[in-house]
Amino acid sequence: MSLPAPDARDRGGPQQPLLIARDLRKHFAVKGAKGAKGRPKGRKMVQAVDGVSFAVRKGETLGVVGESGCGKSTLARLLLHLIVPDAGVLVFDGDEVAAPRGIAVAALRRQVQMVFQDSYSSLNPRMPVRDSVAFGPYVQGQPKSAARRVAQDMLAQVGLDPGLFGPRYPHELSGGQKQRVNIARALAMGPRMVVLDEPVSALDKSIEAQVLNLLLDLKQRLGLTYLFISHDLSVVRFIADRVLVMYLGRVVEIGPSDMLFARPLHPYTQALLASRPSMDPARRIEEPPIVGDPPNPIDPPPGCRFHTRCPYAEAVCSARDPALTAAEGWDAHAAACHIHDPASGHSLASRLAA
Amino acid sequence: MSAATGSPDLAIAPQALDTQAVPATQVRSYWQSVLYRLRHDPVTLAFAAIVLAIILTAIFAPEVAPFDPYRDSIIGRLKPFGWRNHLLGTDDLGRDMLSRLIYGGRIALLMGIVPVVIASAIGGTLGVVGGFAGGWINTAIMRTMDVFYAFPSVLLAVAIAGAMGGGILNGMLALTLVFIPPICRIAETATSQVRSLDFIEAARASGAGPLTIIRHHVLGNVLAPVFIYASSLVSVSMLLASGLSFLGLGVRPPTPDWGLMLSTLRQAIWVQPAVCAMPGVAIFITSVCFNLVSDGLRAAMDVRL
Amino acid sequence: MDVASPEPLVQVDDLTVDFVTRETTVHAVNGVSFTVAAGEVLCILGESGSGKSVTLRALMRLLPRHARLGGAVRVVGRDVLAMRPRALRDLRGGLVSMVFQEPMTALDPVYTIGQQIGETVRRHTGCNHAAARKRALELLELVRVPSPERRLDAYPHELSGGLRQRAMIAMALSCDPRVLLADEPTTALDATVQIQVLILLRRLQRELGMGMIFVTHDLGVAAEIADRIAVMYAGRVVESGPVADVLRAPAHPYTAGLLASTVHDQPRGKPVVAIPGSPPDMRRLPPGCSFSPRCARRRPECLTGDPAPRFPAPGRMARCIAVETASIVPPQA
Repeated sequence: MSLPAPDARDRGGPQQPLLIARDLRKHFAVKGAKGAKGRPKGRKMVQAVDGVSFAVRKGETLGVVGESGCGKSTLARLLLHLIVPDAGVLVFDGDEVAAPRGIAVAALRRQVQMVFQDSYSSLNPRMPVRDSVAFGPYVQGQPKSAARRVAQDMLAQVGLDPGLFGPRYPHELSGGQKQRVNIARALAMGPRMVVLDEPVSALDKSIEAQVLNLLLDLKQRLGLTYLFISHDLSVVRFIADRVLVMYLGRVVEIGPSDMLFARPLHPYTQALLASRPSMDPARRIEEPPIVGDPPNPIDPPPGCRFHTRCPYAEAVCSARDPALTAAEGWDAHAAACHIHDPASGHSLASRLAA
Repeated sequence: MSAATGSPDLAIAPQALDTQAVPATQVRSYWQSVLYRLRHDPVTLAFAAIVLAIILTAIFAPEVAPFDPYRDSIIGRLKPFGWRNHLLGTDDLGRDMLSRLIYGGRIALLMGIVPVVIASAIGGTLGVVGGFAGGWINTAIMRTMDVFYAFPSVLLAVAIAGAMGGGILNGMLALTLVFIPPICRIAETATSQVRSLDFIEAARASGAGPLTIIRHHVLGNVLAPVFIYASSLVSVSMLLASGLSFLGLGVRPPTPDWGLMLSTLRQAIWVQPAVCAMPGVAIFITSVCFNLVSDGLRAAMDVRL
Repeated sequence: MDVASPEPLVQVDDLTVDFVTRETTVHAVNGVSFTVAAGEVLCILGESGSGKSVTLRALMRLLPRHARLGGAVRVVGRDVLAMRPRALRDLRGGLVSMVFQEPMTALDPVYTIGQQIGETVRRHTGCNHAAARKRALELLELVRVPSPERRLDAYPHELSGGLRQRAMIAMALSCDPRVLLADEPTTALDATVQIQVLILLRRLQRELGMGMIFVTHDLGVAAEIADRIAVMYAGRVVESGPVADVLRAPAHPYTAGLLASTVHDQPRGKPVVAIPGSPPDMRRLPPGCSFSPRCARRRPECLTGDPAPRFPAPGRMARCIAVETASIVPPQA
């Protein structure tokens, strides 16, 4: 974890979390979804994000992992208020977002920016790269010449020669170069926090390493805070200080990176870790750690959403929804599982030490 | 990093400027590449030259036309090609056919281009607004367009022009109304497609309002499809306008107009078939040329980058 | 090279593929040679632009019309490059079949799974509808699709990604192919589904005794599934050998670079060792070794002429002048 740069916009000092999310909820209506045969067509809801709470410390990298349908992309957009949450509260450096006495969304966007996954569609094909990067500062009110200078500077910071790459169009750049431009665009506005939505997933492995190094370097130099979303556990383990695991719109485990990877508490996290291909041909995985596909976020199972695929599922799991076991402090390691709740009634609960 | 024998030891690469793999091609903006492709398309260039010639002829009609298009002559009626310097003969009132065609070109071009331009402005705006706003605004606009779209264009044009009483202005109005729905649809589709792309979200995330986003990000991507489609409408517009005039809903005589000329010369076709077919030939050539130029534009502009 | 072994299932000698258009020529594959024996899994590893997918498709001649092929390709004893269209159609799906990366686009959305599998079966065996449906059911059971009866009548969009991929594998296996080609079949899948499909493929390959060529860009996947590995860069095989040996002691700088830069339990906070630069433009390959611009060990000789294959150990090949023949001591058995 790196120390955040002393920022003039800082309120509350290093102890105050930079971002707090409390009970964020976003459901999407599915149009025309068919009910099962015989049942009338009801209004089906995709519970994309269903009660997510966490905090982000100043200067840290919080990793968010999960598979398709877990809601991590929706979460990213909720944090920037690109999608308005149905319920829940966002607090940025002590100020509630979109509240009368808090921070306005426009002001939030000057301090929190996003890097998107798909480098192809995240740049306007009709704009030279330099103009795409300069657009942010220009919208914020800077005159065109100043915005352009910021863009040149930013391109150099991400390792692209501004003279050579500035006038180019996106289709002339490789995937890695486009992603660098995306990073430059996000940083051009001088944010304090960057939400990265699968920034390296679409890149070749050798380019992925370059971009990860760049992200580390920039974080150090500019004193940034990252929220790093990925489905690739190895990447998250490498770059994140703390990790949050999502499943079907809920947080199932959260904790410091090393602790979570060394001793995963939640059965889903254990399965995810065990699913990583081993790099050693002599130690191949013989049995799949988990069967079946990630379920549909429409109509999630009752009780614990993971119980349909969990090897330790019992009656209590389908009856009651486990809460994230309360844990205080930045180094707390908590899981939403009845096994880790001594009062739950799960047969394994009493055996495990808290 | 392995320490086994024989494997190379890679030093940690410094975060150097990435100077590799930028192709040595010229930096070309989209419009520059369009011009480049056009310059290397001889067929389109040839027909564009013809179109230009037609336009210039129409603009400089007073200088180019050999005779006064209104000067009639009782003895010189329905004369064949070449009679007394009348290159294309004379019409049923003894007026020079060539001069009347040249002056008629003015009206034809006017009726071809102006409605399309106005319809593009109005339809394009409506389409962009609908596509960008989405929701009920989009539904309201597009379903209204669908109502007009349901009518065949000729029928609609005739109905509107007839109801308004004919004349050039009413004809242009009718044609404009006929073309707004399809252009609106093209613009809306293009806008919807662009709107779902990540760079629009990125623009929103940087704090830009919808007008700024439309101006900088949407218009550039929407202009091309609308322009291509609109250019193909010019010839349609000319044909429809001629049709309106033919039916008597366009200009009033003695103003020279190709459709009107065709109508009045209908009976005389048994007397001087070649001369009477001339207005039809003029309509045909002009709309074909516009059509081919529009095709060439599409080939040059509709490129997946 | 074992002289007494039977003829390999797949034999490729100096394959070249060029895509010729009016404006430019892309040299996608520049002299690739390898063999695959029955019951063996060869993994072709490479990044985008390395030519790995083109090589795979060349084995069935599934390339666009403007592709020009050269060299020799023999599959199950038949010369693929010289085949007539009729023989090619018999080959595809019959002796050789392919599993693609994106099942949603590889499956026809307007037919059910059962219909699509049945179509392949009927084309190659000429049986009737009922027999084809029975065979389709057998296949779905083979690939461990839950409730296979119900899934036979499902359309592709009604299935999840993992099930679609299993359906595609079932389709590929429907006519008992001798060779299975897989083009990044697990890249688009979630981690928990990916490992299931990999284990399934490995099991099926062992049980049915097929030869398999698996294209991927992921070293971990290669470690899980391959017996032998061929690393491609800029249209050439730059290293090949048994997967355990290559991953433990890579001979070519590119392989070593890939291993080092793959993020897998490195210490946090310190930069990863990354290969600098970007892959070359396949329309304008630099002279000499294509990797030399990015290689930390390059010498002046690297820029002249294409490096010839060296054999640092039995069964291993590397195209690098820094590699000495028989320099790697094989581990004591």
